Amino acid sequence: MKEEVRLMKGNEAIAHAAIRYGCDGYFGYPITPQSEVLETLEELMPWETTGMVVLQAESEVAAINMVYGGAASGKAVMTSSSSPGVSLKQEGISYIAAASLPALILNVMRGGPGLGTIQPSQADYFQATKGGGHGDYHLIVLAPSTVQEMVDFVGLGFDLAFKYTNPAMILADGIVGQMMEKVVLPEQRPRRTEEEIRRQCPWAADGRKGGRKRNVVTSLELESSRMEEINHVLQARYREIEKNETRWEEIDVEGADYLIVAFGSIARICTKAKELAAEKGIKVGIVRPITLWPFPTEAIARAAEGKKGILCVELNAGQMIEDVRLAVHDNLPVEHFGRLGGIIPSPDEVVKALEEKIIR
Amino acid sequence: MKEEIIIAGFGGQGVLSMGKILAYSGLMDDKEVTWMPSYGPEQRGGTANVTVILSDERISSPVLDSFDNVIALNQQSLDKFAPKVKPGGILIYDTNGIHNHPKRDDITIYPIDAMGATLELGNSKAYNMVVMGALLEAMNYKLPMENVIKGLKKSLPERHHKLIPLNEQAIEKGRALLKK
Repeated sequence: MKEEVRLMKGNEAIAHAAIRYGCDGYFGYPITPQSEVLETLEELMPWETTGMVVLQAESEVAAINMVYGGAASGKAVMTSSSSPGVSLKQEGISYIAAASLPALILNVMRGGPGLGTIQPSQADYFQATKGGGHGDYHLIVLAPSTVQEMVDFVGLGFDLAFKYTNPAMILADGIVGQMMEKVVLPEQRPRRTEEEIRRQCPWAADGRKGGRKRNVVTSLELESSRMEEINHVLQARYREIEKNETRWEEIDVEGADYLIVAFGSIARICTKAKELAAEKGIKVGIVRPITLWPFPTEAIARAAEGKKGILCVELNAGQMIEDVRLAVHDNLPVEHFGRLGGIIPSPDEVVKALEEKIIR
Repeated sequence: MKEEIIIAGFGGQGVLSMGKILAYSGLMDDKEVTWMPSYGPEQRGGTANVTVILSDERISSPVLDSFDNVIALNQQSLDKFAPKVKPGGILIYDTNGIHNHPKRDDITIYPIDAMGATLELGNSKAYNMVVMGALLEAMNYKLPMENVIKGLKKSLPERHHKLIPLNEQAIEKGRALLKK
């Protein structure tokens, strides 16, 4: 049977993909530019088909704590919001990470700081990759550049979250949330049965049916030596994730004189810029980090070998550039180009920035 | 084949839905498509635009600064996007309410009375399909009409499928505007 190709907004695709994955619950609160996630879920009414819970909470804080509760009982649960709303969720995210629970969080970034604008941005890179909430923790951060990746990363995000019992985040932006593209949805998976959850998540606080010891899920540990031990467990897990799960895409890196590093939808604007540069005889390669944490440090170092300079293009004032600079140890010039406040740069602007800042 | 198109006008003119029908029609013709709206605090009477790209190959940027085809449905949009037509490209605009006409000799310009043609049809809601008819006729890429009809079916909710003949009529009306 031919797969059904459909045209969908990124936000709508997230909702469809969550249901198809067999997600147990979505808890959210509306905010532009991602309100279609909740709207689409309510339109699709999965509680009547798969039994998935969809709930509009009273606030972002309530929603993330509902996710905390659902995750603690072994359920595949998620929330979504946009930048100001994700800031509100940070305390809950830190708790979920500390309690070693799987969960999926979607941030469709808009321009900040503060309430900012509703137009696209990538200014939450630091927040997503360097903590966001308090304490030494990491989220697995996936950056989709197409609507199909919005779909695929719901499955990947949940799979990784359960594999490492660690929350995962899809860090999207207003462009990929609002645009429509072709998508192929995965087959409908049944939600796991209670028995399957018990087998997959022996730590779950799912109601003791006798026979086993009480499961306690908490992020609180007042005994410092035990808290240090918990931190060591988390850190060992992060090293494991770094080793196994770093993902990136390279476009025409070999033979290029210059490199552009960009993530998400901006990487596509840079791909167009690469084509325009080629018309002028400038050879550019692109590295697109797919996981922002773990960051593809070694891949960028390898790609930078023999290059004359790197332009880091981000919809922010220069955040990922710090990780790019750490990757290449000042062995070559690394400059930043970005627009702020919700303005999207055109491919021409990227070429101009490359010429002015790197080629000179 | 690659067509980079922007449709711009007032909110409420059916700009976004025309883009959607166009994108679905391309999809039905086995093309790669992207549909990128100007989203925001848009409302009836405000400005709205949508970039649609139809291509044989994987589409890189969904955001562009020059276009093969520009459709402008008010003065503001015409002023903003007429300079962004690529040399050799196509500009279609509705002459109603336009006092400042574009002057470029390196592109093909089609001033059309889409509103007049729509009024002749007797249903003002068909306006965007009259405009789309003009685009389908003007564009280098000839989208087969059977796939446009399939695109209409895909993008309109079932309860509006009875309006497909009217939409088809409107598209033909729009095509005729260019044949004059």
